[in-house]
Amino acid sequence: MGKRVVMTGNETVAEAVRQINPDVIAAYPITPSTAVVEYISQYIADGLIDTEFVTAESEHSALSACIGAAVGGGRVVNATSGQGLALMWEMLYIASAMRLPIILAVINRALSGPINIHGDHSDTMGARDCGWIQLYSEDCQEVYDNILQAVRISEHIDVRIPVIVALDGFITSHAIETLETEGDEDVRRFIGDYIPLNSILDIKNIVTYGAIDFQDYYFEHKRHQLEGLHKSAEVIKSVGKEFGKTFGREYGFFEGYRLDDAEYAIVVMNSAGGTVKTVIDDLRDKGRKVGLLKLRIFRPFPAIGIAEALKTKKVVAVLDRTSSAGAQGGPLFNEIRSALYNEPTRPKAVNYIYGLGGKDLTAEHIRGVYEALERIDKSRKIDRLVDYLNLRE
Amino acid sequence: MAKLKDLALREERLIGGHRLCPGCGHSIVIRQILRTVENPVVIANATGCLEVCTTVFPYSAWKTPWIHSAFENAAATVSGIEAMYRALKRRGKIKPEKEIKFMAIGGDGGTYDIGLQSLSGAMERGHNMVYVCNDNEAYMNTGGQRSSATPYGAYTTTTPVGKIKKGKQQFRKDLTQIMVSHNIPYVAQTSPARWKDLTDKAKKAFDVEGPAFLNVLSVCPTDWKIPTSMGLRITQLAHDTCFWPLYEVENGRYKINYKPKKKLPIEEWLKPQGRFKHLFQPENRDIIAMLQEDVDRKWEELNRLATYESSTA
Ligand SMILES: Cc1ncc(C[n+]2csc(CCOP(=O)(O)OP(=O)(O)O)c2C)c(N)n1
Ligand code: SF4
Ligand SMILES: [Mg+2]
Repeated sequence: MGKRVVMTGNETVAEAVRQINPDVIAAYPITPSTAVVEYISQYIADGLIDTEFVTAESEHSALSACIGAAVGGGRVVNATSGQGLALMWEMLYIASAMRLPIILAVINRALSGPINIHGDHSDTMGARDCGWIQLYSEDCQEVYDNILQAVRISEHIDVRIPVIVALDGFITSHAIETLETEGDEDVRRFIGDYIPLNSILDIKNIVTYGAIDFQDYYFEHKRHQLEGLHKSAEVIKSVGKEFGKTFGREYGFFEGYRLDDAEYAIVVMNSAGGTVKTVIDDLRDKGRKVGLLKLRIFRPFPAIGIAEALKTKKVVAVLDRTSSAGAQGGPLFNEIRSALYNEPTRPKAVNYIYGLGGKDLTAEHIRGVYEALERIDKSRKIDRLVDYLNLRE
Repeated sequence: MAKLKDLALREERLIGGHRLCPGCGHSIVIRQILRTVENPVVIANATGCLEVCTTVFPYSAWKTPWIHSAFENAAATVSGIEAMYRALKRRGKIKPEKEIKFMAIGGDGGTYDIGLQSLSGAMERGHNMVYVCNDNEAYMNTGGQRSSATPYGAYTTTTPVGKIKKGKQQFRKDLTQIMVSHNIPYVAQTSPARWKDLTDKAKKAFDVEGPAFLNVLSVCPTDWKIPTSMGLRITQLAHDTCFWPLYEVENGRYKINYKPKKKLPIEEWLKPQGRFKHLFQPENRDIIAMLQEDVDRKWEELNRLATYESSTA
């Protein structure tokens, strides 16, 4: 049975990693994820886990070592933030192209410049096309649950794709929350044993990894990879169900909060979900038909399910915690709007950029968004397709 | 130490059919090195001529487990493989009949320049691996641009010879010394021109516990602009002029392994190579003098540090 514990987000990541007891961890410290590697180092020093920890000299090397470890045929974990993820960028593509099940906890941090240590999604959104599965987490409970599920998802024989589990820097990583963790044995039973595939350490079956593909194979191999990523959706769904059966907390691609009969919906990822829910409860008491779609899976993007859930709404606001320089709004907005485009009926959709560099998002801002959605509905007019929340102009 | 005949009979782990240029030093170096080990060897190869030419999908010339992931991270990649090996062995998940050995291979670009950090990190962490730098003194895979291993005055496509500049304007980085400063158990400088020197050093490198580094002068006939049949003979001139001394540092102790009977002037090494042709024009003779001075100073320094122990074949 699970037990209620009180932990920060970083400690939660470390606790999940302790229970997984991976074969190899390779990582490099960076705010706000540093505590993760510190906790894990202490667990190793105390003999709680016997993981090999490659204390890499950079994030590029950390992920390179993870790739090496993963081709060696065992469980591999890494954690980083912001600049660290940016420095890994080259290797992110290579890890996914090699179909290596690596778990990477990303404690979201704004990308420089200017340098900033606080949470926004520019780091993971910058990595959105790298071929990794991306799971987002509202709070510590979801962080914990996502990491355990990530192991099952990434190692599934139909998937074999690395997974990023994202949580908001400071807001989630450093805040102390109550959550339910499961017993070590139950976790171990749920994740199961690692099944090596084409291990480079299997000297009886010699493999070559990372051969050069010219015009005659590259495209075909990429297509295989894309197909694999799309197919992982089925596995994500079934693992989410099984997790629910096992531990009582079921997961899908997204969570709809009072969404079914809502006329005005907000779409967000990560910790902002909590703020929006509070506002919804309040507005619902006043008879307003407002709801939330909190996205959990950004890659592979669950377009069909989202279109289904949003197509009957009147107006939708998508909140992006990143800017996509020069684009028509943030990446989440573009995905959502595009998912709705071919629906015979569809809501109007607007975009709000918020929280860059850790700027606060309060209940007041969310209330303002819902008011704006009602205004748009009445006037049938969108003044600003892309707007900013809590910004001094 | 092994006899040539025995080594020649050992199984080939880098086989023919690859696309390296005729006379390329890389395959000679790696084949000789791999023949010295009887254990299985897992290799991570940095981007470069050797990597590209030996693994054009769907083919692979490697009869040993091999990975290429990127240019600057061969040492980091092996760090991960070797860590996984230790973890799986400790946890009883693999039980190898013979210990697996680990080797990283990079060109001078992948080692002296872009991969220096990951190399340094891996050596400092003490992973059990042999790092082999195939030093052909420039970025050959991309058509011959300068690296920090390119000698002063050499023509490369990014240090061309023009009215004002006459080839590379900087002396080469002494990577072997940098590796010695990492205080790892074994560091050596060698070349395939002296097969016994190379194979003895490779064997020692694989035998030590912990990291070992081999800096191997590896001829590139294409960009050194020499006949393909002359590679090893010209490489020998690098030893006879003391441009590329053969030496090793075992647990901090320096040993010179080859002293030419008569130390040849640096011109002998430069003259046969097209990349140094311009240095022989009268107005550039001062560059040759500078090169000579540099070689003399370094050779003297090395002699101060080292004892002499021949590895003559
Ligand atoms: C990050 C990155 N930068 C640049 C390159 C382009 N590149 C590929 S191989 C190479 C040079 C290789 O030179 P070296 O390491 O000396 O090996 P050689 O081909 O000479 O054996 C370069 C610049 C790359 N593949 N990756
Ligand atoms: S260009 Fe030089 S290093 Fe590259 S394959 Fe040809 S000879 Fe070898
Ligand atoms: Mg080179």
